[in-house]
Order: sequence, then structure tokens, then C-alpha cells
Amino acid sequence: MRRFLRPGHDPVRERLKRDLFQFNKTVEHGFPHQPSALGYSPFLRLMAIGTRSGAIKLYGAPGVEFMGLHEENNTVMQIHFIPDQCQLVTLLDDNSLHLWSLKQHGGASELREEHRFTLKGPPGSPPSATQVTAVLPHSSREVLYLGTESGNIFVVELPSFRVLEDRTITPEAVLQRIPEDNCNRRFCELVEALREHPKNADQILIGYSRGLIVLWDLQNNKAIHHFLGSQQLENLYWQRDGSKFISCHYDGSYTQWPISSDNRQSEPLENTVPYGPFPCKAISKIYWQTTKNGLPYIIFQGGMPRASYGDRHSISVIHGSQQTAFDFTSRVIDFFIIFSSDPAAEFDDPCALVVLAEEELVVIDLKSAGWPAVHPPYLASLHCSAITCSHHVSNIPLKLWERIISAGSKQNIHYSSMPWPIDGGTNIAPDPPQRDLLLTGHEDGTVRFWDASGVCLHLLYKLSTVRVFLTDADPNDNMNTLGEDEWPPLRKVGTFDPYSDDPRLGIQKIYLCKYSGYLAVAGTAGQVLVMELNDEDAEHVVDHAEADLLQDQEGYRWKGHEKLKTRDGPVRFEAGFQPFVLVQCQPPAVVTSLALHSEWKLVAFGTSHGFGLFDHQQKRLVFVKCTLHPSDQLALEGPLSRVKSLKKSLRQSFRRIRRSRVSSRKRRGGGGNTSEVQEANAKFDQDVLQEMELAPVQRKIEARSAEDSFTGFVRTLYFADTFLRDSSRHCPSLWAGTNGGTVYAFCLRVPPAERRMDEPVRAEQAKEIQLMHRAPVVGILVLDGRSTPLPEPLEVAHDLSKSPDMQGSHQLLVVSEEQFKVFTLPKVSSKLKLKLTALEGCRVRKVTVANFGSCKTDDYSENDLAVLTNLGDIQIISLPFLKLQIRYPCIRKEDVSGIASCVFTKYGQGFYLISPSEFERFSLSTKWLVEPRCIVDMPEVTSNNHVHNKSGTENAARKS
Amino acid sequence: EFRRFSLERSKPGKFEEFYGLLQHVHKIPNVDVLVGYTDIHGDLLPINNDDNYHKAVSTANPLLRIFIQRKEDADYSAFGTDTMTRKKNVLSNVLRPDNHKKKPHIVISMPQDFRPVSSIIDVDILPETHRRVRLYKYGTDKPLGFYIRDGSSVRVTPHGLEKVPGIFISRLVPGGLAQSTGLLAVNDEVLEVNGIEVSGKSLDQVTDMMIANSRNLIITVRPANQRNNVVRNSRTSGSSGQSTESSLPSSTPNILGSLLQGEEESDEEDIIIEDSGEPQQIPKAAPASESIESLSQIELLHEATQNGFLPSSEVNLNHSAGSVSMEYEAPEPGRKSLEEDGTIITL
Repeated sequence: MRRFLRPGHDPVRERLKRDLFQFNKTVEHGFPHQPSALGYSPFLRLMAIGTRSGAIKLYGAPGVEFMGLHEENNTVMQIHFIPDQCQLVTLLDDNSLHLWSLKQHGGASELREEHRFTLKGPPGSPPSATQVTAVLPHSSREVLYLGTESGNIFVVELPSFRVLEDRTITPEAVLQRIPEDNCNRRFCELVEALREHPKNADQILIGYSRGLIVLWDLQNNKAIHHFLGSQQLENLYWQRDGSKFISCHYDGSYTQWPISSDNRQSEPLENTVPYGPFPCKAISKIYWQTTKNGLPYIIFQGGMPRASYGDRHSISVIHGSQQTAFDFTSRVIDFFIIFSSDPAAEFDDPCALVVLAEEELVVIDLKSAGWPAVHPPYLASLHCSAITCSHHVSNIPLKLWERIISAGSKQNIHYSSMPWPIDGGTNIAPDPPQRDLLLTGHEDGTVRFWDASGVCLHLLYKLSTVRVFLTDADPNDNMNTLGEDEWPPLRKVGTFDPYSDDPRLGIQKIYLCKYSGYLAVAGTAGQVLVMELNDEDAEHVVDHAEADLLQDQEGYRWKGHEKLKTRDGPVRFEAGFQPFVLVQCQPPAVVTSLALHSEWKLVAFGTSHGFGLFDHQQKRLVFVKCTLHPSDQLALEGPLSRVKSLKKSLRQSFRRIRRSRVSSRKRRGGGGNTSEVQEANAKFDQDVLQEMELAPVQRKIEARSAEDSFTGFVRTLYFADTFLRDSSRHCPSLWAGTNGGTVYAFCLRVPPAERRMDEPVRAEQAKEIQLMHRAPVVGILVLDGRSTPLPEPLEVAHDLSKSPDMQGSHQLLVVSEEQFKVFTLPKVSSKLKLKLTALEGCRVRKVTVANFGSCKTDDYSENDLAVLTNLGDIQIISLPFLKLQIRYPCIRKEDVSGIASCVFTKYGQGFYLISPSEFERFSLSTKWLVEPRCIVDMPEVTSNNHVHNKSGTENAARKS
Repeated sequence: EFRRFSLERSKPGKFEEFYGLLQHVHKIPNVDVLVGYTDIHGDLLPINNDDNYHKAVSTANPLLRIFIQRKEDADYSAFGTDTMTRKKNVLSNVLRPDNHKKKPHIVISMPQDFRPVSSIIDVDILPETHRRVRLYKYGTDKPLGFYIRDGSSVRVTPHGLEKVPGIFISRLVPGGLAQSTGLLAVNDEVLEVNGIEVSGKSLDQVTDMMIANSRNLIITVRPANQRNNVVRNSRTSGSSGQSTESSLPSSTPNILGSLLQGEEESDEEDIIIEDSGEPQQIPKAAPASESIESLSQIELLHEATQNGFLPSSEVNLNHSAGSVSMEYEAPEPGRKSLEEDGTIITL
């Protein structure tokens, strides 16, 4: 049909479309999913993170970001920067090596893969012969040393990855130089660590897994020293001057070894088990940092007593008498220390500890007393509690922006004031065009306010709604309270906490009015909170009302969760958004839609049972409307999803574990916790599997009927000042759309401002529209006489929008999952429609009006609908004629949570979750594009870096 | 209940008006009734269109005895030859319905009540291995009643046989519309939904398309059982193999498209209730000059009708099918008490 209606392509329109629309995925915000490797270049001051899906991401100064993806999609195991180069080497779990480089192109730097290489052994050799376990980029920048499982150390040339076979260091060659009596071939299996001598580039330290450590002379191909540890080796680290090194071991010990010129087999200087005497876990990595005052920093990962703290993910810092074991919320992937990279400096003088944990990045300031954490400007853990919803507000007025920042800064006082230490590269992207806020609602009842203006998604302020309610969470359940004499000296760091104390607290809908600072949030147990921004701490009573959405419906039994209990009496709130009204829906079903009108001071909310309108000025419920079909048992009883209840029980078991952990600290030895988790996991997996097997892959074809389940589910609410009854008088109105394709319109009487407190707000149902195709109504919009969508509340009052045209006739746009329909107002007659599902088999998941500006001229912009379908496509549909403009594939259709998480901005950008912890940002507009653009210069090496290298090579030259 | 009233014999007017009059006289607006009369032979004959109404009026002698029955409770067996000679019987049946001992008759309704529930369409333009079936869904009385699944079928392509994914009917619900038509069967391959090819679409997409079109679903299938195909023309040999490979004639979707578009306007009227009043169909806005779409639709409808693909009677039928009362029957408490026994006789 559409074939006929498109009378050829209008070339003018086609050209305009090119100036208006283009699709780009611009940047990934948040924390990489499943990180697996970490690297750092002190030379470039850039950090690299590799992931299990083969992505590699580089970060420097805020705004400096690069991303690369290995074709293989294999786990990145190791990342090594080539000293003093804009290059790095990655090792994947398929044993392939990849050389990446940062090259300048068109004024900005780009990360590109240059070469790839897989080490091949002689024919017939087992794969372990060439399985790379340790990589050492030599400071000469010419070769890589590759330690393998077989004990061989191969030398490959850079950048060609040519194997220099004559320089291979074989176990046989090593053993020749070592007295036979205490060594045999088995001591040289698996190279665990390779470290270059800090002062002499011709010597490398080779650590074998069985405990043998050899200082190898590269020029003469012989062992200078050997050291025999009694324990399995984990890692090695040189002291800065090269006179000593330190090794760490599987049994939780570390050992210092001296390099003396006379004795070829040295005895250890000191052997310590820091968390002994009971059996400890391995210390997998260790740093030894010298300082001016003589007391070194010894920083190591692991080593906790096996029985009582074996489950902790810790990194310990020892500095003289100070000792802290930083306790991370998730597994530690790797860490590094930022210290003085000036080779002329006598001491390391470490300034920061950077830890990549599985779920977050934590940076500890080692210079300030108490070793506080540094607030990262990027790599925020979006998922520190699972994201349940998001809301985007464009173009925030400066005043509100500053107030939010000031409220947030009061929450961040415990952070270090140290400037961000990873500051390589230069951000050359233009300043963001406006201030944008992204609000995320979380499962634990918090709302986080993110600065979404630029490339770095940065946490501005965190709001918690928990304080209003009494939850089962034990207020004293604070794992951070540690006595002075506690041992080990654990200190919890990081914010990742996926276990919500009460799932009912979860935030489901957010609405922020940027002009008035009113914020409405609604949650899982039917709670609706209206808040106001206050710059000071305050203690006040939250007004509480109940909205019985079932009214006269008889004979129902709500089998879902109970409503939240509220706290009596005044509650203390910190500066920021403070709730003043709480409405609780009855039954306490999840709030499915929310609208706030800050000018009329009204908030509307809907659940699966109906919707209500609350006057938050007079604190009075205006009306409720039950939308429930009497036969809809499912909605009556509440969500009975098996998966959900299982999830809940799982969560409870986690909470039990967490509690028992706290108590087990006193007992010093409560195993068995992990097995409980495993059991729960196994049970869950099994159930899911069973469900999958049972479900036949067939679909029922049935027309929707009025009696279907959840037809009363309120999907959308909308306030509009329009012509509802007659064409001469417009009035405030509230519109609601349900899952069953019904649209209700209520005429509102809001008293004028001077009598606002004296007269009640009245509402009267004026219209009810039943769409015959009965698809869920996902969007309602009124277009004014110029076919422009009505402005937001207070937008006109703040001179930010033209006042709507109240002379011409208004039109109503109803978007269902299947169709777009335009009706006339006040007499409802259908004018236009666009069928989506009947023709394309896709359904509308998200829809927003977006303003698109032309990239060619500043004076042209138009409003269109941005639509995301259940197939993950984005379509742009023109207003008011409902013509499909363009279509882009955006999200994989299997990625249901990605599609569900998508939010559009008012200017044609959008965000969706690509993992629980990452938002992908995309742009549909040619004009509004936020993407990283940065440059990494080879630092002009007048610094001593170069001198060092020169001296290194000179040394080498002299020796040869 | 009996009423007596007079009509002008010379100007009986239309049946519709007469029907309205009856409803008025008996104060039973909004109740569907069957109207019958006794002819000179004493037979009870139906009045349901202008022709038989005029006939009835003209044969009145001078009194016309008219029987009115509530449609739901109508005893169709009462009509026909010799019914009035068995008058007593009829009357006793009618007056004491609880006395019914007869087997329930198979109800064959009046011609005006005929409504197609399915049809085979476009037989003349489709390859004979394909079948295009149209299912009419009225209100909510009977489920469409079928399931679809993923599967694979073999196509003949220029490169030889090729296995391609397809969508198949996997199950028919007993008593559902799909089964009762006898036109669809398990393992039939679904090729099109309302003129749009399903190849390349996922099971979920096809499901959504079918449900979105469920009020007027047209599916083109390749029946699993090809033996019942009507062999047309003189083309006898190897036709099935040949036609499998040829995709549908390119013109068909267009024709079908216009057919659909024309009809959907009638079968998809949304409903509005103003100020809690009576539900009404939402009218189409007068095509404003800017509304190209609606203009062209009207043209196409016109065209389609001319081509004869769209018998006008069908349009009308659909009009009545989309009637409001079916969807929006507000329970009126007063109605039940109006006629407890369900049957009213006027003499």
C-alpha cells in the first residue's frame, strides 16, 4: 500500500533528511562488562582495560577515550604497553598476540590494530610448548620476551613479530649454569614472571612457577644468579635501584632477595607471611615502592587467611606501621601503582593505587593521610545497584545544575581531593552544547543523577528514598564498623552492592521538572514520592496518602507484596531532593506510569489496576479510576512470575550469606557459604533450563479481547492544556492509555493561583476512546494548531518555548504498540494513521518527540517521533503526517534488556544498556553528537625518560 | 403480549422502518427480533427484507398476523410450510418453552444473518499449490484458534533445491475458527499475511502481524496436503513442482493490498464515549486537503470495487460486523425483566 502513497522521492525532502538525520553509536558510558586485563603506561599516562569479549579500552584525562575490538572476541588476558611508545600488545586466551597503536588521523588519535601473531612451536610439539604465560616488552622497544608453559622464553622482534630463534632462552640453557644438586628440569617448567632490571637493560629476572628465580644476562646468554624459593612462585618485583627484588608466593608469603655480586646463589633477606600463621591464600602480585623517608610501601594482592577471609578480594598496603587491607566488592582483576616515572628520581614516591575489580574501578590516594579513595571522573559503576529505569532531561538551567552539584558535593566529602592521576592525552572535543542529566533509578531505592552532557558520564548526586520507609534491613548491618584492633585491618572500598535489602524499594518511574526542581519518583510497591530541591539539611514529616485504585471492585485477593511501611514522625533529609508527599497505591502493585505537572501542582500515577491524580499543593487525592477488567484475575492477584519469586528467594539467600559473613568474622571460620550460593545458582539454572525445554516453539494466534489479562495496566499518562469539550474553551486535561487500547481523558478544573489553596481541583471524565485493535497505548501527545507538540509545563513561563497555538484546532496523537493514529479535537474523528505491526511485524517499544536541527542551517529544525521497535530498529516518523523518514538497525532484537532500557533525549540522542554496567550512547541527529575526540602526543622526550633509554642502549652497545 | 396497530397498505414503506415501528410499538428498542407472519395457507413465513415485507402486506386479508420472537430464543423450526396447521403445537411450544422435548435443531439462520467466517480468495491469480484464506473474526465469540511454528521448507531455485526457513501451522484448536473452516491444516506453510510475505521474518514477527490483522486475517498458505487442490485449466503435469518455485505473481500483493486497505477502514473503527454517554464509532475526519493518504485510499477503494475484487455486499457486511453494540454491550438491568420467557407473540 505504502508503495502507492510514496509518489517517487521528493528530492528536496531527501536532501533535507540527509541534513537532519544520521545514525551513530558514539560512546560507551559506564564500566566495561567483564573486564579481564589491565595495563598502564607511565609514559603516556594512559590506562588500558581488556574485557572477556575482546574489547580493549584506553582511558586518560577525562574525555580521552579509545576503544578497539579484537576480531576474535576472545578474552584479553594481558595488556602491555611498549615502553615509551604509543603502542601496546595484548595477549588473548587463544594465545594470540596483537599489536595496537595510537596514530593520529585527521587531527585526532585513533586506536588501530597493526599486527597479530601466534607463537608456533616446532612440528609435533605440544600446545603447551608455546602457550604464552608471561610477556616482557623490553625497554629497547625492539623485542618482546615471551615466557611459556614449557619454560622456554621466546624472543620476537617488534613490530614484525618475527621469532628470533637463536635468542630463545631454553630451560636447558638455564639449567647448565645452575649446580645440578638442587635443580632438575622440572624446576624450569612454566615461566611465571619476567622482569627487566631497572638499571641494566641487559639483565632480566626469570621466575619459574616452581620457585626457581634466575637473573639472566641477555648479552652473554648466561645466568648471573639464581635464587631458589621453597614455595610456588606467583610474581616478582624489582626494587627501584636494582639491588633487591621481592617475590610473592602461593602460600601467602613474600620474600626479599638481595643481588650481591659475589654470591651466585643467594639466600633470602626476609621471608614474611603477612597474614599468618594460619594457612593463607596466594599473594598473586606485589609492588615494592621506595620513599624519601626510607619506609617502603609494600602493596600486594591476596594473602588473606584461607579459612576466615578466603572469600575476600583484598589488596593490602603496608607502609611502616600503617597497614590496611582494602576489601573490594568484587574480584580483583589487576592493579597498578602510579609512581614517579622519572628515572632520575631516587625514589618511587607512589601517589595512587589503581585497582580494577570485576565490577568497578577504585583509585586510592596514597599521598593523603588515611588513604582516601579518589572519585573517578569516568568508568562509573552504573550497576552498583541494578538499574531499573532511566529518565533523561535535556538542557538543564544553570541554576538547577549548580544546586544539584552542590548537593552532590556534600555527599562526596569523604573522597580525596587529589586531581585525577591518570591524565594522559588531550581532549579536543568541543564543549558539550548543553547541560544534560541522565537519571537512573535503581533496585535499592536510589536515584542517581549523572552528568550526561559529554563523553564522561559522571555521578553528580545520589538520592535515596529508603529513609521514608521502614524496611527489614537492619540499620546496624554495617560491615564497615571495625574495631581498632581488628585483624586483618580490612577496609571496605567501592560502591558496588548488587543486593537490594528490599526489592519493593526499587524505582520504576522518574519525572523531573527542570524549571521548578520538582521531582516525582515511583516504585515497585506502588509508592509515589514528590520531592523538592532544598539546599539545606532538613527534618520534616512526609505527608502520606493512600490511593485505593480498586474502589468498589469486590472479591479480589492481592497475592503480591505488601505495601511499604512508612516511618512515623519527622525524618531527617540531607541537602538535595527531599520528599514532602508520599502516595501509596492500593493494592501496592508496581507503578507503571507517572506524570507530573509542576505548574498545576498535580501528579498522576498508574498501576495495573488503575490510575489516580494527586494534588500535591493541597495534598489531596483528586480522583482515582479503576481500569481493571473484572475477570482479570492475574492483575488482581499481582505478579506471580516464578522467575521473579525465585529471584527474590535468591536475593534472600544472598542476604543471609552477607549477614552470616558479618557474624562469621567473629567466629573466624565459617565455610560453606559459597556452597549455598552455588546450590542456589544450580537450582536456578536448572529451573530455567527446564522451563526452556518445556516451552514449545510455537505461538498462539488469537485476537486480543477485552478480557485478556492486564488490559487495565496503565501504560502512559499525559497532561495537556487543550480543547477537550468544545473548540472555544481549552482546559487542563489528563490523558491515560492502557494495555488494552483504551484512552481516557479527564477534564480538570485547577483553581487560579490566588485561590489555589482554597478551592479543590476537580476532575471529570470527558472522553473514552477504545482502539479496536486493542494494542497497548504507549504514547499520547497533543499537537497544537501549528501541529507542534504542546510545550512542557513551565516551559513557556520560562520563555524557553513559544506559547502553543490555541487558535487553530488541536490534534491528538495516540501511539499504540501497533499503530500511530491522529484524531481531531475536541470532536474526536480519526484523521491519519500509520500501521506498523500489520505491515512490518514489529511493535513500538519506546517513542518520544525529538527535535532535529539541520547541520546546514541554524534556522531550521523540526519535530519528529523517534521510535524504537521490539526488533531493535529505530525509526523516525514525521509529525504531523506520520510518514516514515528513515530506519536504522540499532540494538540486536535478542537483546531484550537493551531494548527495554533505551531512553531518547529531546534532541535526537539516546542511551541503552549494552550490559548491566554500560550505556551505549547513540545519536540520530546530525547536529547533536557527543563523541570522544582526543589526541595523544608522544610526550616530547626532553625528560629523562629518553636519557634512560639512551643509557640503556649505550650500555648494551658497550657490552657487545 | 399482543398489540394491534394499523398500516397504510398502499404505502408500506421499507422493512427497516417497519422493524423500527415494531420495536417502538412493543417498546423493545435494541432487542434483536425475528419477524414472521402467517400467509393465506397458514404457513409462518419470515419478514426480513423489503420484498417479503411487501408481499406480506399485500396478502393481508385484511388483518396481518405478525409474530415476533427474540432472536436468541428464536425457534427456527416454527417457520416453514404447514407450520400454522400445526398451530396448536406451535403455540404450546411457544407459550411453554420449558415443555420443549424436541431435539435441538441445527440452526439455519435467515439469509440476512449469513455472515462469512472464512473464504478462499484470489483462486484465479494464485498458483494452484497455494491457497489464500480469509478468516473473519466477529466480536469475541469464537477463537481464531491456531498456532504457528518455525520450520524449514524446500524451494526450487535457479541453483537447485534449497532449504529455507519457513513458518508453519503447528496446531489447530478444536472448535476454533481455523479448524471449523476446514481450509487450514497442521503443517501448512504460511507464505503471506495480509499480502505481506513472511519470508525473512521471525516467528515472533509473523505472530505479531497475524494478531495485528486478526480482525480480518488473510493468510496465504501452501497446504501440506496438496491432493485436495482443484486442478485448473489444462495444465496437468508437473504443475506442483513448477509452481512451488515461482513466487507469487508480483501483482497480487498490490491487489490484495488495496483490498485490505479499502476494507480496513470499515472494520477498524475505534470507539469513543463522550462524557460517559453512549459509545459511538469514531468518524473519519473530512479529508482535509493536506491529507494525501486518506484521499488516495478513497480512490483505491473505488478502483478495487470497479475491478470486482471487492463485492460491495461484503463491504456492507463488514460494516455491520464492526457494529458497536457487539463490543460495548453495557448490561442494562431493565432489559431482562422486559421479557422473562424470551418469546413474544403478537396477534
